[in-house]
Amino acid sequence: MSDSTISYKEIIWNGLWKNNAGIVALLGLCPLLAVSSTVVNGVSLGLATALVMACSNGAVSVVRNWVPNEIRIPVFILIIAVLVTIIQLAMNAYMQPLYLVLGIFVPLIVVNCNVLGRAEAFASKNPVLPSMVDGFVVGFGLTLTLGVLGAMREVFGKGTLFSGIDLALGESARQFVITVFPDYQGFLFAILPPGAFLGLGLIIAGKNWIDQRASKKAQMQPAADLPPSSVTA
Amino acid sequence: MSTSILRHASTSAGILTAFAIVGTALLAVTYLVTRPIIAETEKQAKLALIGQILPRSQYDNDIIKDAALLPPSAELGNKEPTPVYRASKQGRPYAAVLEVVAPDGYSGKIRMIVAIKADGVVSGVRVVTHNETPGLGDYIDIAKNAWIRIFEGKSLSKYPDRDWKVKKDGGKFEHMAGATVTPRAVVKAVHKSLKYFNANRDNIFSLPADSPHP
Repeated sequence: MSDSTISYKEIIWNGLWKNNAGIVALLGLCPLLAVSSTVVNGVSLGLATALVMACSNGAVSVVRNWVPNEIRIPVFILIIAVLVTIIQLAMNAYMQPLYLVLGIFVPLIVVNCNVLGRAEAFASKNPVLPSMVDGFVVGFGLTLTLGVLGAMREVFGKGTLFSGIDLALGESARQFVITVFPDYQGFLFAILPPGAFLGLGLIIAGKNWIDQRASKKAQMQPAADLPPSSVTA
Repeated sequence: MSTSILRHASTSAGILTAFAIVGTALLAVTYLVTRPIIAETEKQAKLALIGQILPRSQYDNDIIKDAALLPPSAELGNKEPTPVYRASKQGRPYAAVLEVVAPDGYSGKIRMIVAIKADGVVSGVRVVTHNETPGLGDYIDIAKNAWIRIFEGKSLSKYPDRDWKVKKDGGKFEHMAGATVTPRAVVKAVHKSLKYFNANRDNIFSLPADSPHP
């Protein structure tokens, strides 16, 4: 993607599907596997990451012309670390129960390679607004993966959906918890880390299957019939 | 030649320093804004936790303020001074809430709070943090199971020392099949904290207040 032809459609398609950070790039797996035991945990950490990425991409883009090439990495890391610490303090102040659940994985957003990766690959070469969109979309792609994986693990592991939502949205949100299987004994395997690996494998397989079907269809039909977004495959 | 390298390096250093200063300033402001809020939330969380094992109606003092630091002791399992929260009613000691560590959980330390009434009867126990296996040992957590409530109403005068064990070891405390290490550690820690309380009762209630939440 060069400076002159920034297409938001392409940014969004890349971030959410084609180069999804969680299931295509396979980056940032540490939080992916650790906190995706429930939907609420996965989505919360994903959104925190997306917020950091939008802000860090924006900030990196603002300063991109003043930072000499050889010190850009320390400057980017500094910006990211400051933003993550601010979000960490804010979460601790306003959403403490959730902060306690996510624990060490909030400060660990600093070392999530997606964040520095997008700052280096996109924000350091592009204007502010597209950079912020790119950061948020890539983070949101990760959020979707964490959410889907969390939903799979939670349904099979605990038989519920959205448990712990009261940690994020306050006590009144407890009514949104869905019990999928009443009196479910629990399936420990899905809650423990192996369940995360297996779930992630299934999601990747599912995505590849959809992509292959789409490309087969594209080969059989004239390309003109297809919506423009799927031509990129 | 060498002066231009020097100039280039010092420019870079200057830019890096400027970023560091701006970043530090931003963090300092955020810290100052959030610090009182975080302290208040932590206090409320602790109060809510204590409220589970010591009904608010039973005492009339500010239990968080009326805390004292206890020196490290093997019975409490702590290596640093830990706070004890003292509840009193009309100036008379009613109960003490001890922070206790069971060092021998299945996977590491189990941190608990134990509320003991002035007469040596357990008012309640809660596990604060633990790393026990989900689905096996984590029934000590009130969010998973009510097991931890078996300590309510127990005391050293009711059960002699030999009864303070899980049933598998010949004691009086029920546990669930498949996970004995975890309840064994919890029972042992509660037993030791009761012994500590009985031996230090006067000291616990007479120590000057030294609250970690001023």
